[in-house]
Amino acid sequence: MDVTLNIRRFDPEAERPASYWQKFEVSIEDNATVLDALIKIREEIDGTLSLRCSCRSSICGSCAMRINGHAALACKTQAATVLQEGNVVTVEPAGVMPVIRDLVVNFDLFWEKIRAVEPYLQPEGPEPEAEYIASNESMLHLSGVTSCIMCGGCVSDCTVLEVDPSFLGPAALAKAYRFTADPRDGDAEGVSKERLEALTEPSGMWDCTRCYECVVACPKGVAPMDRIMALRDQAISEGLTNSNGARHAEAFGELVSDSGSLDELRLPIKTVGMTNVPAMLNYLPVGLRAMTHGKMPPLTGHKNIEGVEEFRRLYRKVEESEKE
Amino acid sequence: MKYAFFPGCVSRGGCPELYQATTLICQRLGIELQEMPRASCTGAGVLQEKNRFLGDTLNARTFALAEELGLPILTICSTCQGVMGQANLRMKSDGEYLARINSYLAEEGLEYKGTAQPKHLLWVMIEDYGLDKLLEQVTRPLAGARVAPFYGCYLVRPPDALDIEENPERQDSLERLITALGATLVDFAGKTRCCGFPILTINENNSVAMVAKHTSEVRDLGADAMVTPCPLCHLNLDGFQPKAAKQARRPIDMPIIHMPQLVGLAMGIPARDLGLQRHIVNTRPLMTKLGAAV
Repeated sequence: MDVTLNIRRFDPEAERPASYWQKFEVSIEDNATVLDALIKIREEIDGTLSLRCSCRSSICGSCAMRINGHAALACKTQAATVLQEGNVVTVEPAGVMPVIRDLVVNFDLFWEKIRAVEPYLQPEGPEPEAEYIASNESMLHLSGVTSCIMCGGCVSDCTVLEVDPSFLGPAALAKAYRFTADPRDGDAEGVSKERLEALTEPSGMWDCTRCYECVVACPKGVAPMDRIMALRDQAISEGLTNSNGARHAEAFGELVSDSGSLDELRLPIKTVGMTNVPAMLNYLPVGLRAMTHGKMPPLTGHKNIEGVEEFRRLYRKVEESEKE
Repeated sequence: MKYAFFPGCVSRGGCPELYQATTLICQRLGIELQEMPRASCTGAGVLQEKNRFLGDTLNARTFALAEELGLPILTICSTCQGVMGQANLRMKSDGEYLARINSYLAEEGLEYKGTAQPKHLLWVMIEDYGLDKLLEQVTRPLAGARVAPFYGCYLVRPPDALDIEENPERQDSLERLITALGATLVDFAGKTRCCGFPILTINENNSVAMVAKHTSEVRDLGADAMVTPCPLCHLNLDGFQPKAAKQARRPIDMPIIHMPQLVGLAMGIPARDLGLQRHIVNTRPLMTKLGAAV
């Protein structure tokens, strides 16, 4: 099979370092991976093509890069399944992290964030006489999140990290959940309150936009975003509700449970707090513009859905009986 | 063609022009919309943060109401579509889960049988109505206008909740609609990224930075407008664009058009009837370019 790899290259030692695109035509087996093709190019066409790889079987996490614009492991991606028009595959270095050369990026930011969540067990209270005991049932649900191979695919495609490098990001937050949900971490009940408190700070769990990029990017089914949602649930359950994020989730529920549909005007007010004068003043110009353009939701008289009494009863009943 | 219409909260709140444009073009196209006055909010993924089961139950309730009508559900919001799809996937793939949900619905005399197939108007246009048939209604092709797509996360991810494998054409549906209506497609990498709306009240700086990034990028690519099938994206990309321009210290002025408005313009419907004067970013330059009445 003849394919063309369009590769984004970068040489820091060039006279004026700037990234550029270079096309390579290469003949590969029908079942070859993108990594096979890249290695063939390096070995037979251009020995200066730089990339990281090792295991070739999606275990080591070295070869995460952007294939056709989205993060993936080159060794886990069959070239035939990603061919675009004209048998072309586009290959770029991972996003967010700075490029060192060609497809090799600097992982400092990734490791800084992993370190920031203190990725090791921190049990509180007296040490047991023998080992810490955890039942099968209490650990099984962690098998997904412990599958992380630290490839950085989720970090590459995170929409928040793209605009704000201070965000803890999907890999570190999923790693944090791996400990907050571990029965051996935290107090006697396995509650890791201090961790959760730290994670509710700005740049933590509430800064995620729920865009699903990390879920799609992850080659191992870790689903970082789902773990971030679980962290939020843990935080609210532990009474850590003094953040805009927690207030937003709580207010959203309250408003929907009341009328059946969302009262958009009251949501931001309830999130930042009616008495938060600076935040309310910040909304003023936006509100005024909306009003003068006929876009303002009705100030009063947000309508209930029909049969709202039955809806409220259902909502309350499920909320009370199905506490997760 | 008849659908159970699920307009979502935003098209009846902050984006009334979307509701207006949708009902108008559907009427002209002969797509009959039956409202579901008892249907509730999908939870938008926010309710699901606290209690996924509760969110899924509310969607099951809406699905049951549509089953009673015997009609497929039509949505006009990427977020509603995605959240419904995710809930539906969980219920369809786990009989016990669905039975537990149904035990709560029974009190209201409802049961979700598992047959709902919520569909965004964008997909309906292409899969059910057909672009060929739509072209017959295009009396004023958007020739000369350069239009960029912006999907909204939940209309592209996660793919299994959107039946992408069975319907791979959904992945470039918006691009094909833009081209079919006679406009020039301005493709850009940000089209499937996040608009920032979900964190607007949580981290406004980041949210507005996302608006600045996407709208500036298409401005620099020479687009006259950006079109979106998601009213939440619209709220942020349009409503917070003035702030984004300030943050990015540059002019942007990128009109953000709702997908049904774009269809309506190509059908020769006056801009005012489509609510195009209700946008924060002025849409007049686009109208001038199209030679359309404002």
